[in-house]
Amino acid sequence: MSRRISYFEASARARVAALADAGSFTEYCPPAQRRTSPHLARLDAPVAFDDGVVVGAATVDGRPVLIAAQEGKFNGGAVGEVHGAKIRGLLERAVREKPAAVLLLVDSGGVRLHEANAGLIAISEIMRALMAAQAAGVPVFALIGGSCGAFGGMGIVTRLCDEVIMSEEGRLGLSGPEVIETVKGVGEFDSRDRALVWRVTGGKLRRALGEATRLVDDDAVAFRAAAIAALARHRKAPADLTALKAAQAALGARRAAHPDTRDGLEVWRAMGLPRPEAVPMLAADTFNQQLDQLATEA
Amino acid sequence: MSDPTLFDALFGAGRHEVAIDGHFVAGPARLGDTPVAVIGSWDAAAVDGDLALAIAGEILRVVEADTGAAPRPIVFIADTQGQALSRREELLGLNGCFAHVARCVDLARRSGHATLTLIHGEAVSGGFLAFGMLADRVVALPDAQVRVMDLRAMSRVTKIELERLQTLAKASPVFAPGADNYWRMGAVSTLWESTGGDWPAMLTAELAAARQVAGQDVRARTGAERGGRGLADIVAREVAGA
Repeated sequence: MSRRISYFEASARARVAALADAGSFTEYCPPAQRRTSPHLARLDAPVAFDDGVVVGAATVDGRPVLIAAQEGKFNGGAVGEVHGAKIRGLLERAVREKPAAVLLLVDSGGVRLHEANAGLIAISEIMRALMAAQAAGVPVFALIGGSCGAFGGMGIVTRLCDEVIMSEEGRLGLSGPEVIETVKGVGEFDSRDRALVWRVTGGKLRRALGEATRLVDDDAVAFRAAAIAALARHRKAPADLTALKAAQAALGARRAAHPDTRDGLEVWRAMGLPRPEAVPMLAADTFNQQLDQLATEA
Repeated sequence: MSDPTLFDALFGAGRHEVAIDGHFVAGPARLGDTPVAVIGSWDAAAVDGDLALAIAGEILRVVEADTGAAPRPIVFIADTQGQALSRREELLGLNGCFAHVARCVDLARRSGHATLTLIHGEAVSGGFLAFGMLADRVVALPDAQVRVMDLRAMSRVTKIELERLQTLAKASPVFAPGADNYWRMGAVSTLWESTGGDWPAMLTAELAAARQVAGQDVRARTGAERGGRGLADIVAREVAGA
């Protein structure tokens, strides 16, 4: 039996070690190469030898994958020039090497403000490289369960992925609650109401809306099991005209179905979950079973 | 405020039927004998899910209409203050709507449509990421603003003194607002600095240039050549191993 490792607490490198087959990981552009950010250095801000992201190749359950893991504890996993170029390069490598999948272990608030322009452009480059990898037949999976979640441009990147594996602790969105509160006021979004924040951005809401494809507990072993299941059989992101027209209709229908919804509780209630107020406390398996039950009844 | 005479300047009066509907613009136009489709955001739009879906829906309509025919070039108009900030938009997954727009732009590209963005007014952060930055070529019109965040807000968040940021911004294009900074870094292809030129001819040339690079992302290389972004291309190639 393997000991439970909290995915939320684990570092990027510990997450990679827990996901990959033992001893299979080879890093590209490793810390020894000292690819640090010159822009952080110019502002006398701390740098990291990997610029906050670990990229490389490994096997997962014997299948070859490429992995990128963002370190949320370094500048909130934010994307700068080098950080972004490493992820983009990995996706370009995927086009040539055709691994079974690219795994993006997202843990990021978005663009790194110290090099904001470089970060914004890098995210756009990642988006294009990701879609090019998918067009070349390589699926891309996002895994979210870290303290920074997936926000800003990395929230958009996540929603381009074929599969999104999340824990309830992970959060997915565009603008963080603090930003919305600062600009629009506490009445719009109280960022200190942690329960509310999770009901609006957390893994269970994302799973209920179909944005996360798999909900797991905060356990690195569970993330690995979900990745293995996704490698065996995965959802495919819409790419052709027919699929994108269907996606357009579905997104429009969701907005129409939730004209005033501002709390995940209302979504769970509208779906007919037995005890909406109890959802935040449910184990992932129990919640998944309830969703499956609803899908069967529908 | 966006300027409705923009389309007269771009295509000539009477040579376009671009309709402005709040923060959404779309319609057909002609450049010489070539029909083009115009799609975009207007009046410094805070891009919300409805606007994102309007843009995506229009891209899909153009792609579908041109199936089996010559794919029209698509001219995107970007005038956005960024993404809409609201709890409902977050709950409903605005990031997913933006990803959907990006997929639609990618479909247009793969279907043979030349794609070009004109930044008119301002292009900010997430609102710019959603579609403007995904075109094969980006032109900043005179007085266009491009940024993630203004320096005052950046100073507050990073806790670096404003004066220091202002001084550093003179030497480095990497964080300060400015279309010229994005040009140096390769994300803006061309700066149109004067309203006096022959815009229809310039637009025709830009669309031809967009066709030349279709499907390749040349921004990092361009940024290196222009001296604005030294590491992106090198590091990406190190990791790509090509």
